[in-house]
Amino acid sequence: MNKIILKKKSRHGKRVIPGFGISMGVTMTMMSLIILIPMASIIICTAGLSFHDFIEIVTARDVVSGYKVSLSCALIAALINCVFGVILAWVLVRYEFPGKRILDGLVELPFALPTAVAGISLTSLYSDKGWIGSIFANAGIKIAYTKIGITIAMIFIGIPFVVRSIQPVLEKLDKQYEEASYLLGASGARTFFKVVFPEILPAMLTGFGLALARGIGEYGSVVFIAGNIPYKTQIAPLLIMSKLEQFKYTDATAIALVLLMISFSVLLINNGVQLYMNKITNNN
Amino acid sequence: MSQTNKIAKKKDINQGSKVIKVILITVSILFLFIMLIMPMAVLVTYALRNGWEAYKKAIFDPYTIKALWLTLTATFAAVLVNTVFGLFAAWTITKFKFRGKQLLTTLIDIPFAISPVIAGLVFILTFGRIGWAYDYMKAIDIKIVFAVPGIILATIFVTFPFISRELIPVLNAQGTDEEEAAALMGASGFKIFRKITFPHIKWALLYGIVLCTARAMGEFGAVSVISGHLRGKTNTLPLDVEILYNEFKLSSAFAVSSILVIMAVIILILRNIIEYKAKRAGE
Repeated sequence: MNKIILKKKSRHGKRVIPGFGISMGVTMTMMSLIILIPMASIIICTAGLSFHDFIEIVTARDVVSGYKVSLSCALIAALINCVFGVILAWVLVRYEFPGKRILDGLVELPFALPTAVAGISLTSLYSDKGWIGSIFANAGIKIAYTKIGITIAMIFIGIPFVVRSIQPVLEKLDKQYEEASYLLGASGARTFFKVVFPEILPAMLTGFGLALARGIGEYGSVVFIAGNIPYKTQIAPLLIMSKLEQFKYTDATAIALVLLMISFSVLLINNGVQLYMNKITNNN
Repeated sequence: MSQTNKIAKKKDINQGSKVIKVILITVSILFLFIMLIMPMAVLVTYALRNGWEAYKKAIFDPYTIKALWLTLTATFAAVLVNTVFGLFAAWTITKFKFRGKQLLTTLIDIPFAISPVIAGLVFILTFGRIGWAYDYMKAIDIKIVFAVPGIILATIFVTFPFISRELIPVLNAQGTDEEEAAALMGASGFKIFRKITFPHIKWALLYGIVLCTARAMGEFGAVSVISGHLRGKTNTLPLDVEILYNEFKLSSAFAVSSILVIMAVIILILRNIIEYKAKRAGE
């Protein structure tokens, strides 16, 4: 009976639950006012720029080096986070030990801690006079105000993305497969890489993509430790900032547009990989 | 013989996995210690370096109080606007079928993908001196760039997806059967929401609000672009930290930071409580 009514209604193009018009209206209005219209300003602003000028702005030496610094550091940080993210997720899901809950809560700290606070704390810790920085300074390695420092700040903000992506998958994973693998005589390492790892790989890649995208755009926690030495440690978001301070709005917008395209491609590739992975697992 | 061999091997594996367990736990603790705990220790040490009196003076500085007030205002506005949006968007996306749903979901996530600096930039390009909306805003005498409304807008922008993102998966998992039944029995849209949908998403909503608060109070990049750094007027707490730090007033900068850290810790505790309660409610 219910089904018949439902079918009848949907054939007439009507929806059973009331309120579609108003909720769609509110959603679209808020979305347009806060996201779409302001975002369109980027297009409007770059549209006033000839293609030649645009290319000239975004291929200037300082701009290219800014993209390179942001991308390379974010990539290295995301890779390091994958390694530690898997270890942390594994430890938090599979082992019982005192203080585990605190450790679990601590992973979330970079989400809750304002980036500027993280930035100045990390800078003071890793500068030549800081607790950790001074040890490395004796060995002749500078951390703060170099790319190493930038990478460390990006590791800091990226780690929760990887851990929190892997954790739920690992929790759901049936232990029987591992036990079967052990019983069939596989070693611990082999079991991990052949049985567990393929299961958590898609989640790890999601975390990797999120951490990478966040790292590329990150400003607050990186700007202090970067030191902003032109051509060396100037990150792309900072370039936008300094162009704005010089009132070069079109330059800032052009740089932003390229940065946007980079971030969106990272997320698109990430989504593509997810779809591909899902297909493979579904086919099996 | 083969039995004993197997047992021996199993013992080996157990022994081996115990060693691995200790190693992995140590690595994890070391990593978190160096990356997360030591920066916090630095913060506390620097904040209290010049003694308790200096710390109190930095915290009760009138500029700090004003910055704290502005941070709270912007955070409150962001939570309010995003709660309304989150509820409507999640309801629209999960309870109805329509074309372009995937596109809508992707568009909501835009703020996650872009640099906070760009989030600030778009408002300068819209409402700033060169923006196309500048003349309209001037006509009705509203200043947005380098003023409080801009800070609030930028904060809303960067936290826009936080609440809808928490609600959508919960509502998706719940399906639409209950709402359809209620609608067939003649309940109004609002009544369905209040009586049927809301009890399901109570915890997810609170969770989203907590996450939104955390991000809103700490937002730096977007706000930094649009604020103009007028102390006492358009300065939020994170921006105040930056100014003090750049003036080499390290201990003041860290003292002001400690306010934000306390807020962050409260948020983390709330988050854990909500997660725990939600799990219990789910059981």
